[in-house]
Amino acid sequence: MSTIIKTEKLVYTYEGAEAPTLRGLDLEIEEGTFVAVLGHNGSGKSTLAKHLNGILIPTSGRVLVDGMDTAEEQNLLAVRHTVGMVFQNPDNQIVANVVEDDVAFGPENLGIEPREIRRRVDDALTSVQMYEYRNHAPHLLSGGQKQRVAIAGILAMKPRCIVLDEPTAMLDPVGRGEVLDTITRLNRQEGITVILVTHHMEECIGADRLLVMSEGSILMDGSPRELFPRVEEMEAAHLGVPDTTRLMYALNREGYQLPLEAITTEECAQALLRAFGHKE
Amino acid sequence: MLKDITLGQYYPGDTLVHRLDPRTKLILTLIYIAALFTAIVYAGYALVVLFLAVSILLSRIRLRNILSGLKPLIIIVLITGILNLFYTKGEHLLVHFWRISIYWEGVETAIFMALRIMLLIAGTLLLTYTTSPLQLTDGLESLLNPLKKIRVPVHELAMMMSIALRFIPTLIEETDKIMSAQRARGADFETGGLIAKAKAMLPLLIPLFVSAFRRADELATAMESRCYHGGEGRTRMKQLSMARRDWIALAVGVLLLALVILFRRLGI
Ligand SMILES: Nc1ncnc2c1ncn2[C@@H]1O[C@H](COP(=O)(O)OP(=O)(O)OP(=O)(O)O)[C@@H](O)[C@H]1O
Ligand SMILES: [Mg+2]
Repeated sequence: MSTIIKTEKLVYTYEGAEAPTLRGLDLEIEEGTFVAVLGHNGSGKSTLAKHLNGILIPTSGRVLVDGMDTAEEQNLLAVRHTVGMVFQNPDNQIVANVVEDDVAFGPENLGIEPREIRRRVDDALTSVQMYEYRNHAPHLLSGGQKQRVAIAGILAMKPRCIVLDEPTAMLDPVGRGEVLDTITRLNRQEGITVILVTHHMEECIGADRLLVMSEGSILMDGSPRELFPRVEEMEAAHLGVPDTTRLMYALNREGYQLPLEAITTEECAQALLRAFGHKE
Repeated sequence: MLKDITLGQYYPGDTLVHRLDPRTKLILTLIYIAALFTAIVYAGYALVVLFLAVSILLSRIRLRNILSGLKPLIIIVLITGILNLFYTKGEHLLVHFWRISIYWEGVETAIFMALRIMLLIAGTLLLTYTTSPLQLTDGLESLLNPLKKIRVPVHELAMMMSIALRFIPTLIEETDKIMSAQRARGADFETGGLIAKAKAMLPLLIPLFVSAFRRADELATAMESRCYHGGEGRTRMKQLSMARRDWIALAVGVLLLALVILFRRLGI
């Protein structure tokens, strides 16, 4: 597998800020992986995300997208074509009055031929299951639907990587589920690299790799199965763990011997059944 | 109450009027306005009204929708009418009391002026009712394209307009939300005179502005992330194209204007 995104000693200081927000990040992301990024408020997740498609340029160090340095002006379009970005507030990233016109916005900017745009728009809307809504006005859609339109708008540009900065933060549980399912499917079926910044532990369970950020650096890096059982460390980074792990952790403190790496609901239920089931 | 604003409202449909190229409709609207201001007497007026009536019929837009669009402007129409009524001097005195005299010519001008304003608005309403905002701005951009040569930022202006139209409903929704929030804290937007009402609006405007600026900032970032870099090298999914019906419609428009000019010359 090849590396799609690489940061080298990435340091970023906001204008007027005293201390750097990102403090020498070294990170390599393999193409095709699903990476979740966790971190307490102000740990620098959004700042990192904005570096991955050249919205922010490092104060020092480098960010390479498919080998291209984001600091070089002539690379910017190619960088943004490779790495698409979905933001938290769906209202503020929809440009047009009609769903399909909005999805067409990215490809239009790339100068793609009209018939090909049409095809891509239809494919992208089908892929996020919003095809029936193509002629609707975005402001009349639910939050989850709007966010899926925003994802379609990025998909239509055919990026190799999608960075999503808390895409579910403003959604209700139903919308959250829709968006997470869509993201997971895009990664598993279409092989698109996904970098998901989130506050919800549960959204990280399906990821291949989990990054935990704290104070502008990467504190932990590993699979969710490796990291979540380290409950004390997670809590030291002001983070929780999924309810499944929390439950088993609490039981283990009462003297049980449950496997903390059983992080999915299914695995957790199995583990509990094995521990308690036969006693009844 | 804010939801009543129909500015830029579009009623989707698939009639001849809807299918016309937006450029055709924009030019026809201009021709219509020119004809409206050229027509001074009955025959010309009748022709303009006929043109509008046929367009409305063809578009299948309900008359009720047009009338409700006219409603907010009724005060302007009334004021114009009344001013014309009192200030037009003429030969045939109708009423005279105290210092006010009303002439037959005044009545005539008042009616014509009120009618003219209403016809003007009804015509432009028909344009926005049958043309989606995106088509409208695309049409404008395309028509104004020659101005790019003299460095008028046509693409940027069209983009600004379409974004403004896109955010009207969002901002209206937000205003409603802030109003409810402040009402819940005891704010009163309904009672009191004009000044009291304006004062009550002030705490509404500040959060609204703050939020509008934040939105603008986020939108700009999102647009850049989607490779937006101005009009250069940009293609469009829905391309404008002039069909036969467009040329016919334009011919009808030119004929209308010609006839109205002729009638004016003849004084009928
Ligand atoms: N535009 C800015 N100007 C100055 N400082 C900023 C700016 N944006 C963020 N910061 C600061 O940088 C730090 C990291 O912010 P960032 O938004 O990257 O955190 P985050 O991990 O995304 O937090 P959250 O979970 O709240 O989204 C914070 O201390 C914040 O105050
Ligand atoms: Mg953030």
